Amino acid sequence: MIWLDTLVQGILLGGLYALFAAGLSLVFGIMRLVNLAHGDLIVMAAYLILLLVTLLGLSPFVAAAIAAPLMYLIGWGLQKHLLNRTLGTDILPPLLVTFGLSIALQNALLEGFSADSQRLPTGEISTASVDLGVMTVGVLPLLTFGSAVAVIVGLNQLFYRTELGRAFRATSDDPTTASLMGIRPSDIFAKATAIAMLVVTLAALYLGMRSNFDPNIGPARLIYAFQAVIIGGLGSLWGTLAGGIIIGLAQTIGAAINPEWQILAGHVAFLIVLLLRPRGLFPRAFD
Amino acid sequence: MTTQTQTPAYVVTTQTKASQITAVAACALLAALVLLPFVAGRGLIQDLFFVLTMLVLAQFWNLLAGYGGMVSIGQQAFVGMGAYAMFGGVILAGIDPIPAILLGGVAALIVAIPTAFFAFRLQGPYFAIGTWVIAEVMRLIMAQTQSLGGGTGTSLPRAATREMWATEWIAELFDVRNSAARDILTYWLALALAAASIAAIYALLRSKPGLALSAVRDNPEAAKSVGVDAGRMKWVVFLSSAFGTGLAGALIYVQKARISPDAAFSVTDWTAYVLFIVIIGGIGTIEGPIIGVIIFFLLQSLLADFGSWYLFTLGIIGILVMLIAPRGLWGLITDKTGIQLFPVRRRLSGGTQDTSDT
Repeated sequence: MIWLDTLVQGILLGGLYALFAAGLSLVFGIMRLVNLAHGDLIVMAAYLILLLVTLLGLSPFVAAAIAAPLMYLIGWGLQKHLLNRTLGTDILPPLLVTFGLSIALQNALLEGFSADSQRLPTGEISTASVDLGVMTVGVLPLLTFGSAVAVIVGLNQLFYRTELGRAFRATSDDPTTASLMGIRPSDIFAKATAIAMLVVTLAALYLGMRSNFDPNIGPARLIYAFQAVIIGGLGSLWGTLAGGIIIGLAQTIGAAINPEWQILAGHVAFLIVLLLRPRGLFPRAFD
Repeated sequence: MTTQTQTPAYVVTTQTKASQITAVAACALLAALVLLPFVAGRGLIQDLFFVLTMLVLAQFWNLLAGYGGMVSIGQQAFVGMGAYAMFGGVILAGIDPIPAILLGGVAALIVAIPTAFFAFRLQGPYFAIGTWVIAEVMRLIMAQTQSLGGGTGTSLPRAATREMWATEWIAELFDVRNSAARDILTYWLALALAAASIAAIYALLRSKPGLALSAVRDNPEAAKSVGVDAGRMKWVVFLSSAFGTGLAGALIYVQKARISPDAAFSVTDWTAYVLFIVIIGGIGTIEGPIIGVIIFFLLQSLLADFGSWYLFTLGIIGILVMLIAPRGLWGLITDKTGIQLFPVRRRLSGGTQDTSDT
């Protein structure tokens, strides 16, 4: 039974990692941009939610709902005024600019909120659980996983069912031709990053409710997200969910064997997939 | 047409007047720096040690990213492995720390082989994060290695540092205490390593493989079509960069004499700083990292008291430089003056006078 419990915990943890990764996957799919500040943006959103919770006394869910449009605007501005300038055939500018952003963001948060670890107040939801007969599962992990699935479904619907999604796909395939059809790629990119920041806010909400966070944990979240995207295969959102689950499973199984192996096991799983399937399990985009 | 047989041979040169002056000035500077411990205090020697080792790391990252087109965020893997191999040689095998530095370079070279095998499967931005993941794996493995202190780290045995090669001789020569002699020794080694790295990288870039490297960077497809083995060049650059970084890592930790996984595999100390040095100075040039490390040191001296604001400023400066002057300060200087201290561009001279239209 303990093994079943470990497996279920691993899958549910994978939901959180998929949430970290979905925004990264979306942005990469559309503009081939890897945002090295992605993890730090998640942490920033967590602090924004925390700020709203402590200042206005709101519940974390309400605070996240208020933080989401703010993050949307931040993402839009970031892409429109900073990241769009770095896009081109040279891969150096986007990498180095987002790396600089990551360092700047981390240290600004450190200065603003100190290195003390924080947590979002959750009330009874963090201890509530559902009895499934053979085992009990926490409500919060279930909610996280459900949100991850909902986000993936929602993004897929957006991508394949709406006009904006069509513009996303067209710009992703060929920005020049897309702009001949009246699409402005820079606006499309800004909207994509803005939407990614909505997902980031949701990821931050669950991150802050499930565990402690401090300004320095961003890079590790980026790495988990990145691993999930690579394992899943570039450009496949369902693949990203699968990748998140694999990392989550590897970490919980590793931790069950020896608590010190948790993170290492996730990395090793990633390297094994890279060895066997260099383009990920469900590759879609060619790059 | 009639004089064609008498046409003097064309000559391909890379040398310029500026480069000749640089060569003389560099030799003079090197001699001055070697003799510096006779007049300088211990603080300055320690500062210069820091500057020189950062310069070595910056030159090798620049070789990798600026010339090889491989943007790595995982150079701390080789700093850490070099440092840990040196510690292993001293603590487990009883080798003197100075020869153990070589062990550090070799160890970094060895771990670079599987690293490259994995990382080369990833392209562009994914290569960057992939190298970072591999560095994290090494950090986590070293944190499990109890014989070298595990997660909390360990120090070099006091006996090993006190009886280190040549320290006694230096202590007598300068009439200083053993610890100060150690600083002078590591400073000299750092100076030698920096000079050798710059000379080796410059020699590589001026050689035929160096030309192939520039060709691959500028246009891989065109380079392949004229017979350049792009894959092999990537390996050569990646492995030599790892070796140099490993040597530097081992040397840094001979001076620190205390190691922990978090410090030895720190992405901020060994990669972020190095990135900023190269970007601010000018990526893809040998002059760039030299200028960059000087600016970096000045900034650090000015802002060190401001804690995280210092790193914040560094991040913002990096972003601004990348947006406004992507080729860094040295790029601005060459654009204005055309000066190249370490020219690698081949220029054609000689031949007949009537070829003015070419």
